[in-house]
Amino acid sequence: MEAANLKPGDLIKRHRLSTRVWHWINALALLVLLMSGLMIFNAHSRLYWGQYGANDDSAWLVIDDSGDTGFVELAGVRVETTGWLGIWADAEGEVKRRAFPYWVTIPSGYDLQVARRWHFTFAWILSLGLAFYMLRSFWNGHVRGDLHIRKWEWSPRHIWHDIKDHARLRFPTGAEAKDYNILQKISYIGVIFILLPLMIFTGLTMSPAINAAWPWLLDIFGGRQSARSIHFICAFALAAFFFVHMMMVVLAGPINEVRSMITGKYRLPGKVAAPEPVAIEGEPA
Amino acid sequence: MTHEKIIMPRRKFLTGAALGGGGLLLAGCDMLSENEGFRSVLRSGEALNKTAQRLLMDRSALAREFSAADISPTFKANGSISGATPEYAAHVADKFARWQLRINGMVQKPLNLHLEQLMAMPSREQITRHDCVEGWSAIGKWRGTPLGMLLKQAGLSTKARYIVFHCADQWGPGVPYYESIDLVDAFHPQTILAWGMNGTQLPVRHGAPLRLRVERQLGYKHAKYVMRIEATDDLKKFYRGNGGYWEDAHDYDWYAGI
Repeated sequence: MEAANLKPGDLIKRHRLSTRVWHWINALALLVLLMSGLMIFNAHSRLYWGQYGANDDSAWLVIDDSGDTGFVELAGVRVETTGWLGIWADAEGEVKRRAFPYWVTIPSGYDLQVARRWHFTFAWILSLGLAFYMLRSFWNGHVRGDLHIRKWEWSPRHIWHDIKDHARLRFPTGAEAKDYNILQKISYIGVIFILLPLMIFTGLTMSPAINAAWPWLLDIFGGRQSARSIHFICAFALAAFFFVHMMMVVLAGPINEVRSMITGKYRLPGKVAAPEPVAIEGEPA
Repeated sequence: MTHEKIIMPRRKFLTGAALGGGGLLLAGCDMLSENEGFRSVLRSGEALNKTAQRLLMDRSALAREFSAADISPTFKANGSISGATPEYAAHVADKFARWQLRINGMVQKPLNLHLEQLMAMPSREQITRHDCVEGWSAIGKWRGTPLGMLLKQAGLSTKARYIVFHCADQWGPGVPYYESIDLVDAFHPQTILAWGMNGTQLPVRHGAPLRLRVERQLGYKHAKYVMRIEATDDLKKFYRGNGGYWEDAHDYDWYAGI
């Protein structure tokens, strides 16, 4: 079907099989990695810049408790978070003094080793999945055809226009909805080619054995503790992407959007034009 | 403040979780975490990580060595901060003058070495980073005797596959700390039995008189208070058979390169 002939209501093929399979594997892997990662963070809930960092060194982020108060301290500014972060009660009502609460961690109770096993197993799934998807997407034209940002899309006026449309929740319809818009392209490229690789490489930088094999990782990220901080920041950037992504799916029509990621078929949004009245012969006009 | 305030959000959450799938997901993950079959699937990740890392790196690839300016102002003392036995206390009292390191097991010539003898041998100095499994790191300067050199002197049997370190610290009454490494790490040039730290004799809280440095692995492998070194062909012969205290007690990975 020629793009010019597409109209609202048309059912089109939107997502390739490779995109759909990777999307769901990746979604599961990221969820497990985030939640097991938060449990691992609970073992030492302080973040530093540089090569080293422990309790007596200055941290840029601390999640802790003092007395009955839980708090988050970011660059020296302390915010009370009792009940949510630093000190909270578990499912049995028992008070726990850990950074992230049981309902966002895998496993829900404190268990560093089990969390590490979940994390490292799903890190393989994430990394191999991403590597295959990247190769496939270059090969099958997904990158060139769908994600590639054209020269005209880079115009500030165009980008500003798109931001205003998103803010007013005015989404493209008909043929225009067939292609990713500039904000979608920027976020998908950001996730696939920047955030996910950063997660993988900062994760590897925390491994003492990998440090011996690839010492240049320490130079790129400025040390093991900096890598740990970047790992944490990117994890929250991915979580932020996830929330915006969910919001957009809900606003753009969740059934149609989710279906397109399962079956690949997508119905172009917009008002379906009513059929034109046909004059019946013999009747007075 | 009472705990009531802390407990409130939990109730709010539980109401939400009961309605949503979040609770189900959590319960599912917890059930899987306790399922022996699934645990062994997750555990196979350890073998995969070890194989991948060993493939990736040169057997003798060195851990980064830092400059004196990079040394942590305070090196965190973690785990045991002293040996637990009366013998150990006696050794501390006379500054390890009568203490001897014993090297035995699958060796042709078991050795007994006084601290003075160890310190008179060729030694290696290295400023390296110590990484705890919990996530923190500290940089310190270590001086010690290369383990590989001692094993050669003792005439390591060709049947030996692992080196086990028996320690003077205990976790709970009568549960001694121990650790083990394979021969790739035992003969690595940076694997030393450190008796010096940051220019002074190794302090008690950091494992005096002798602490293992195995720089390409996490902190719990770096056994403190080393009393005896035993060469063996099988880790199953020791305690609960997993090759170390944390491996036995909390199912930690024996290979701690990540």
